[in-house]
Amino acid sequence: MIDPVLASRVQFALTTIVHIVFPVLTMGLAPFLIYFTWKDIRTGEAIYEQLRRFWTRIFAVSFAIGTVTGIVLEFEFGTNFAAFSTTAGDLFGGPLALEGLLAFMLEATFLGIFVFGRERVGNALYMLSALAVGIGTWLSAVWILIANSWMQTPRGYELAREGGQPVVTLVDPIAAYANPRFPWMFVHMQNAAVESVALFMAGVGAYYVFRHHVWGYSIENVRFWEATLKFGLLALVVTAPLQVLHGDLYARHVFETQPQKFAAMEAVWETDSYVPEYIVAFPTDVGDLLDPKAKDIFGIGIPGGASWLASGGDPQAVIQGLEEFSGPQPPVAIVFWSFRIMVALGFWFVLLGVWGGFRWWRGDLLTDDLLHKALMLSAPLGIIAVELGWIVTEVGRQPWVIQGVMRTRDGVSPGLTGGEAALTLAGFAVVYTGIFVVHTYVLYRIIRAGPPAVGSDESSGAERADSGGGPTGAGEGGG
Amino acid sequence: MSVLARVPSVAAPTALSVGPLIGYAGGPSFTLADGPLFGLPLAEIWFGLLFFLLGTFLFLDGFDFGVGALFATREDSAEREQFLTAIGPFWDGNEVWLVVFGGTLFATFPPVYATLFSRHYLLMFAILGALILRGMAPELYEQRHDEAWRRWWGRSFVVGSLTAPFFLGVFVAHWLFGVTALVSLQGLVVGLAVVTLTIVDGAAFLRIKTRGALRDDLRTDALLALGAYLVLLVLTLGLLYASPAIRPALVSAPSIALVLLSLTFATVYALATRADRYYMAVGAAAGLVFALVAVVAVLLYPELDPVTGLTVEEAVVSTIPLNLMTIGMAILLPLIFGYFAVLYSSFSGPAEEGEGY
Repeated sequence: MIDPVLASRVQFALTTIVHIVFPVLTMGLAPFLIYFTWKDIRTGEAIYEQLRRFWTRIFAVSFAIGTVTGIVLEFEFGTNFAAFSTTAGDLFGGPLALEGLLAFMLEATFLGIFVFGRERVGNALYMLSALAVGIGTWLSAVWILIANSWMQTPRGYELAREGGQPVVTLVDPIAAYANPRFPWMFVHMQNAAVESVALFMAGVGAYYVFRHHVWGYSIENVRFWEATLKFGLLALVVTAPLQVLHGDLYARHVFETQPQKFAAMEAVWETDSYVPEYIVAFPTDVGDLLDPKAKDIFGIGIPGGASWLASGGDPQAVIQGLEEFSGPQPPVAIVFWSFRIMVALGFWFVLLGVWGGFRWWRGDLLTDDLLHKALMLSAPLGIIAVELGWIVTEVGRQPWVIQGVMRTRDGVSPGLTGGEAALTLAGFAVVYTGIFVVHTYVLYRIIRAGPPAVGSDESSGAERADSGGGPTGAGEGGG
Repeated sequence: MSVLARVPSVAAPTALSVGPLIGYAGGPSFTLADGPLFGLPLAEIWFGLLFFLLGTFLFLDGFDFGVGALFATREDSAEREQFLTAIGPFWDGNEVWLVVFGGTLFATFPPVYATLFSRHYLLMFAILGALILRGMAPELYEQRHDEAWRRWWGRSFVVGSLTAPFFLGVFVAHWLFGVTALVSLQGLVVGLAVVTLTIVDGAAFLRIKTRGALRDDLRTDALLALGAYLVLLVLTLGLLYASPAIRPALVSAPSIALVLLSLTFATVYALATRADRYYMAVGAAAGLVFALVAVVAVLLYPELDPVTGLTVEEAVVSTIPLNLMTIGMAILLPLIFGYFAVLYSSFSGPAEEGEGY
């Protein structure tokens, strides 16, 4: 028989992994859209109107899909994790409700004005709606991360039992919600979202700039793609080093508050000092490849690196090994590798930023073909790094759903059968694959169609002087 | 559990004192843990508020569901485009009321949220599936202009718009009647009633947003939908009367008053539709929606869940989170109505073609 616990966990993992893509895009695009809108209103330059309209299309599609996939997550707490919902309702429901009331409402109502209202409303209200959408998008993350950080480092509650069911009671809202984990999660997440979108923009821009300036193809709206590349790169230069910096501080906080997770991130089994930070680590025996506790390891590591990371500068620091924690361990291999690849990607993004910034400064940003190729290949990597980061966060605290309070397997709905859970899981596997494919396809179409034509656009007019001087409007199919 | 020992439970900061905020030392001071704010019956207030949120969702997203259902009756692509333009700026915001309803139920009555959602497991996923189809369709329909793409997303829009309110109706029926089976007569009747109600609602909305011959055509659709809704409402009342557990509450004064109110709103709707009083028809549709939801609330009180017998008082969260939610809601609800007023007034009157992006 299929285990309802396993099926529920896989389903939640699947729905979260797909859902997170869309909020990352909307949260990351928000500051860009606010800036483009402001410049569009202030300067009236065609390029800013193009940037605003083009990226708004991507925002709107991602928001719509983010909404429907997000409702699923909200409902899954009730359908699949009813025991968790009953136990944690006192602390967990509030932030979830406030996310809807305070953040999502703001975002969704003003998105209507932002997407459809340029001709209908005045500049002030239009600018306000751009700000409201952006603030709403970020506030959503505030509430979700308040709820999540409480699950990571629970505080401010009392635990009692009512007929075998543990029930958490909120006694100190400030301790619970002004959770020490929250600022780390929020800064790391928001910066990651902007960084991911920066990489995406730089990659998309690089593709067209590459075709035009390196391959010599005639490309419409070259000025638009150059601007896209530059805005993406600029944001990358700012966000990539920050991400590494506070990522390091965040890891230190994890070491202090969730030592078991930290040990899993580093795959430290026995308590030791001067623990190396392995860049790669493979078992020397092929048969041990899937055994996270394999002893004969070939690894390349920085001596004392993990200790240095955990303590904030002391290579001699002691790290508690996983063996010291009683009970089940998190799936160490998944956590270890997700963490490793995420960190490697983080450094790669810093390198890309430095490289691109240097080329820009030197004046050959538009012609460095190797840089363009690197940016194109890196376009989706920001989102992949976010996914890996969440895997470290969520898988790393297993077997707990609320760290130290409730096991994940105890949080599953008591009446749920394996058949039901497997049926919906299979449904989601199909539907979410479809959603992901359709979204990717739609993004591809939007990007291929390019920015919308605007009145008296000199950049496309110069490119296509023979087309009659009017707006080029590819794909509009005039009637 | 050993873990408990590690968790300090400091309760001090929950004390709120208004005095220092306004520069006045003494002053009234209370803590969130003392009891319900101002001694209000918060459990009952939140019970009412929850159904108000459900009604708001059904009224506002009912526009979109109704438009989606009526979309099927239009072959002409320009008319279909007009329908989508009509709901374009609104549907994202309208749908959030469901998120708010779900979140609020979780925040204020967590055991009810948990048992209700897990008991109606497959039904909840049917609702989610319908909402996915409905939510993606209008956005994707606009992405390509060729026939096949639009046919499929058009179908997805229609199917999602019909099944989402249907399954929601089934969910409410199963909640109210305490049905645990997947399929039931009550679910079928109430589900269809909710579908027709959203068409009544959506047709009234569309008559504001359209012009000319299309607007005239919609008059017939609106009246037909109203007729179908009234038939299904009568059937629903019959089923409620036939249920021994519900009958006493049904023949009580508040239920009878709400049913009579429904009939009044139906009359107003019919007259306003015939007389082309567009806004009055939407108002009457709102009356119909809120009257139906209010009947459900009256029949469910005080046992919020007839299957477990969990009452409002038993299911409500503890004092501190309840007080916090109350303060949050008191500030945010007026604000949110402000947003919606700005949104709807920015796009008042018939929708103009070619709006967007």
